Amino acid sequence: MHFALTDEQRLIVETTRSFVVRELYPHEAEIEATGRLRPELRDELKRRAQAAGLYAANMPVAEGGAGLDTLTWILYEKELGRANYALHWTCVARPSNILLACQGAQRERYLLPAIRGERSDCLAMSEPDVGSDLRSMKTRALPDGDDFVINGTKHFISHADEASFIVLFAASGEEPTARGPRSLITAFLIDRDTPGLSIDDGYRSVSHRGYHNSILRFDNCRIHKSQILGELHRGFDVANQWLGATRLQVAATCLGRADRALDLAIRWAAERRQFGQQIGKFQGVSFKLADMAMELKAAELLTLEAAWKADQGTVTDADMAMAKLKATEVLAFVADEAIQIHGGMGLMADLPLERIWRDARVERIWEGTSEIQRHIISRALLRPLGA
Amino acid sequence: MRRILVGIKRVIDFNVRVRVRPDGAGVVTDGVKMSANPFDSIALEEALRLRERGEADEVLAVSIGPGEAQQQLRDALAMGADRAILVKSDTALEPLAVAHVFLELAKRESPRLVILGKQAIDDDCSQTGQMLAALWNRPQATFASKLEIQGEAARVTREVDAGLEVIEVDLPAVITTDLRLNEPRYIKLPDIMKAKKKPLDVIEIVSLGVDATPVLKVVKYEAPPQRQKGIIVKDAGELVAALKQRGLA
Ligand SMILES: Cc1cc2nc3c(=O)[nH]c(=O)nc-3n(C[C@H](O)[C@H](O)[C@H](O)COP(=O)(O)OP(=O)(O)OC[C@H]3O[C@@H](n4cnc5c(N)ncnc54)[C@H](O)[C@@H]3O)c2cc1C
Repeated sequence: MHFALTDEQRLIVETTRSFVVRELYPHEAEIEATGRLRPELRDELKRRAQAAGLYAANMPVAEGGAGLDTLTWILYEKELGRANYALHWTCVARPSNILLACQGAQRERYLLPAIRGERSDCLAMSEPDVGSDLRSMKTRALPDGDDFVINGTKHFISHADEASFIVLFAASGEEPTARGPRSLITAFLIDRDTPGLSIDDGYRSVSHRGYHNSILRFDNCRIHKSQILGELHRGFDVANQWLGATRLQVAATCLGRADRALDLAIRWAAERRQFGQQIGKFQGVSFKLADMAMELKAAELLTLEAAWKADQGTVTDADMAMAKLKATEVLAFVADEAIQIHGGMGLMADLPLERIWRDARVERIWEGTSEIQRHIISRALLRPLGA
Repeated sequence: MRRILVGIKRVIDFNVRVRVRPDGAGVVTDGVKMSANPFDSIALEEALRLRERGEADEVLAVSIGPGEAQQQLRDALAMGADRAILVKSDTALEPLAVAHVFLELAKRESPRLVILGKQAIDDDCSQTGQMLAALWNRPQATFASKLEIQGEAARVTREVDAGLEVIEVDLPAVITTDLRLNEPRYIKLPDIMKAKKKPLDVIEIVSLGVDATPVLKVVKYEAPPQRQKGIIVKDAGELVAALKQRGLA
């Protein structure tokens, strides 16, 4: 067992953190206050992120990325995750790994421009009636000659307001199984200006100001079969192959913010005085810090171990579920306790804590709810025993 | 080959709150984050910019210190230095010994410029550059906030107590950097991976024939006294009275 970072990993962490602190933190207050990332600011920060080689660093070197292995990618995500989501996700974008499934002309049209920062993606699976149970999705893609005709509604689609194209999952047919018919799902690449597609403002969320979700309506939206990503009826295979590790990405960004909240809490406990002494001298406060630090470290070890196993090719679904579940729950715990240690000041928008606390909430819901992660973990325990 | 030699000292990171060891024989370094001296990163940045403007062919980063200083040299290589040398010494060195090491390297490497930080943020000596210039018998321009190469001379704007001073020095010369000279670049992610392949030589200080025996005796390290709680005065009159009472006015 060997837990040390390499020189390269340490440097990547340092350089990413210094970018986040110097270039992103100063704009957080504006985004939180206005709920909006100005296009001029977005473009300027994007240019700087590209100059620093931070943009699309998750992508392979051959395609123009930095070629980080999973472990290093996760370390980099943790640093980016410290900042406001709209800022890091939009200005230091990591195009979805699923774009690596692009073939032939799709590469030049979608994958490469996304890495160069000329185009950006979003991923559409959820529907008003379909959340955790994705297989039951109602959006249909029916073949018509060399085309597919799409009808249906997707909601909660993050970033669709900014994105130039959509990775859409839709039901393309049915197959019989012992438990009755089952939908076959296909993934498609769809340009935002395709006739028959409208992108409308979604709901106002408590989390991640400046980062919006949209509602996508497909009304006889016609696309050529060359827009299929992967193979017909094999949408979930493409998703499983490329999107499994995005749960580790969620975990890592949570670790970054939890670390920031813990740091603020430690400093406050050392500086704030009540009853004639630093509040950190009260065990009621200092023991909170001990638990926060310990939980955070546990979550970090789970996440890094899963990332390391991903690089060895031995990671399991349950490993990634544990990392995502633990890190998202630890963020909620640490953010809440950090506010408690700050007292009233913790709730004020003058400090980043109230937003870290608000932003923490969605992490236990998206990329598979905590219940779904527990389901995955428990199935891995019981299935071998036939239970 | 027009070469620039840059000094990179491993010091306690500027964000760390430094604590004196209980025995007063030094400061706590166990488990403390170490980084390149910030003035040295400015020196490296300036050297890289000169190379990019075609004023140099090679940037050589040199650190003198423990084996761990290879980390800071790896960082320098990732930032853009072409090669690096660690002159290994397991005992702390005084500015004069460091200047002698740089002198020996200057003789071997014949740099066009030696760029050092104006001081290291650990001991704040601000002596090495000046000593090196004297030993090497070459001009010096310290506390530089602007540097332009004009043929075989450098025009250097210096930050001095009275404001800014512009001087011209013949090359080769020793320059030391001030804070406003530049803002060091971010290390590019892909360059971090590439830096692994760049040469980093480790040599022992004795191989340079430098006598590193200390000539200074450190008596004791002490933390600065804790700041006393201030008082709030109503107006200028009260301020003057308070100062008088303390014998300050
Ligand atoms: C801000 C935000 C952004 C989003 N962005 C995107 C996006 O870009 N693209 C996209 O496709 N989707 C996106 N989503 C959707 C997200 O993935 C879903 O919210 C998530 O999958 C859960 O679905 P649901 O909200 O419909 O909840 P439901 O699935 O309806 O779940 C409701 C509750 O039932 C529980 N539950 C459901 N099934 C089980 C079970 N089998 N066992 C135990 N408990 C169960 C859940 O855990 C939850 O507590 C986003 C959501 C949010 C909030």
